[in-house]
Amino acid sequence: MTPSRSEAARIGWVVLALAAAATLPWIGSSYYLALGVTIATFTVLATSWAIFSGPTHYISLATAAFYGVGTYTTGLLIETMPYWSILAIAGLIGAAGAALVGLATLRLSGVYFVIFTLGLAEFVRQVLTWVQNLTGQKGIYVLTQITEAQIYWQLVGLAALVWLAGWLIGRSRLGFALRIIGDDEEVARHSGIDTAMAKVLLFMIPGAAAAMTGAILAPRFVYIEPAVAFSPMLSFQVVIMALLGGTGRLWGPLVGVIPFTFLWEAISSSFPNQTTLLLGLTFLLIVYLLPRGFVGLFLDLRQHGGGTFRRAGA
Amino acid sequence: MTDGGGMDIIITGLVLGGTYALIAMGLNLQYGMARIMNLANGEVLVVGAFVAFWLYTAGQVSPLLTLFVVAPLAFALNWLIYRFMLLPLVRRAKSQGQLEVDSILVTFGLSFVGVGLMLAFFGGDYFSYSYLARPVRIMGETYGLNRIVAFLGAVVIGGLLYLWLERTRPGRAMRAIAVDPKSARLVGIDVPRMSALAFALGGTITAMGGALLSTYLTLDASTGVLFTLKALVIVIMGGVGDLRGTIVAALLLGLLETFVAAWIDPGLTLAAAYLLFVLILLFRPQGLFGRKA
Repeated sequence: MTPSRSEAARIGWVVLALAAAATLPWIGSSYYLALGVTIATFTVLATSWAIFSGPTHYISLATAAFYGVGTYTTGLLIETMPYWSILAIAGLIGAAGAALVGLATLRLSGVYFVIFTLGLAEFVRQVLTWVQNLTGQKGIYVLTQITEAQIYWQLVGLAALVWLAGWLIGRSRLGFALRIIGDDEEVARHSGIDTAMAKVLLFMIPGAAAAMTGAILAPRFVYIEPAVAFSPMLSFQVVIMALLGGTGRLWGPLVGVIPFTFLWEAISSSFPNQTTLLLGLTFLLIVYLLPRGFVGLFLDLRQHGGGTFRRAGA
Repeated sequence: MTDGGGMDIIITGLVLGGTYALIAMGLNLQYGMARIMNLANGEVLVVGAFVAFWLYTAGQVSPLLTLFVVAPLAFALNWLIYRFMLLPLVRRAKSQGQLEVDSILVTFGLSFVGVGLMLAFFGGDYFSYSYLARPVRIMGETYGLNRIVAFLGAVVIGGLLYLWLERTRPGRAMRAIAVDPKSARLVGIDVPRMSALAFALGGTITAMGGALLSTYLTLDASTGVLFTLKALVIVIMGGVGDLRGTIVAALLLGLLETFVAAWIDPGLTLAAAYLLFVLILLFRPQGLFGRKA
């Protein structure tokens, strides 16, 4: 399949936008660069989350687990391995871990998967803490020459990779199978689709992407310990941003990430002690008022020319 | 607590499992009967524990008396949550799958609201108090009296719930909506009202379990999710809607967790839950006593 003309134009725009995003370290202050890192981080996490959870409707709460594993991969290997190979190793570990979780749970109904992912970050954290106690180690120092700008560029590059993966999947047989699964799993199974295998393959994408994000960001922490690397808040933030943007289109999570990052900045600077509460309330508002996110709103507006907002289907 | 021997671990494990059984029965009422997957269940537990802690440290009120305060409060709170936050989802859902996704999202959000509120009111510190911290000898080994009392409290509450479900008309109606909500409507059961009741009752049971647990466990505002996870694993393992299975699964988890804590590391509380969960997923996804669908 070769891209059509409108597709080619769209690809051109995406490349231009990415190039424009990549100039941020030269034009923005360090404050904006830090914001840029946050936005790029959550764009990778939320977009890869939506690639899996959008079509399958399985809600993954495991982002923090894979992210933490990636952070630790860098921490443990940085002294002995070349940096670039660490990112690849983190991606492989994330994908393999996701495959294991998927093989155990995705053959069954979505509830088992949600429960399994709910405590996964905490479970991995407990095991790591236990291993650290056995070896007498407390935390790990990650001392590198990597600058904030380089971290930012890596994350933008990773975001481009995630989009590319999502776009290719959408055009592939797997993407076609997933659309059928999303509409009606029973139908998909009867037409000979191995639904469990399709879901396991797809879940490896957010697993790998979150692990690589953690690996890229590890030098920023300087000192890694389990409580920092496995923050449960991270999984929650990713779900909120992806749902705010909407999972129906590849660009959806991005339009959730950008406003939410600014909102989050405002919340955490004005109400530093109430972040958990306000985050929870924001999330409830989104679930009740914008169940399909900005993407749903956009599609409704386009379809009805600004008419009714309510439309069936998720 | 334990010196790594045999009998004391078994009794400590069964005592812990007994309290887990009560909490998981609460969750099973919510998930099995009211069909709401409640990821905020653990926060309700911690609220129950907080009230017990607060009344004990402020007014020396016995946690056993506190149960009578916690129960109506938790019932009202959970009924309101069902009526105003979950019933709209039940009404707008076109399928069981959609309701599942929506209720998971909403209760996940609620769990963060719950943690946030507790952080705002009580702060992030661990809390514990010393109630009945006297040794009691059973079969040559010593145990904390508070653990034994909490266990007996769980047995009494769980037993009453079981009798109510098995022997009374509303109890039977509740079991009917667990089996088949559509047919339950046909025989004249008010399903939305029964579901609200099941949800509220489930939250009440869990909150009372929290008050009992607080007599011997140290908790903080964000520990709720651990109990949610354990209760979910117990419910899946015992079979959704099956109280007998819930009790057996809870005792197994209590035993395994105590073994892990005594022989490997007390910090690995979730390892036992995940081990059981993986075994169940691989070999008996329909639950211990469930039949294959």
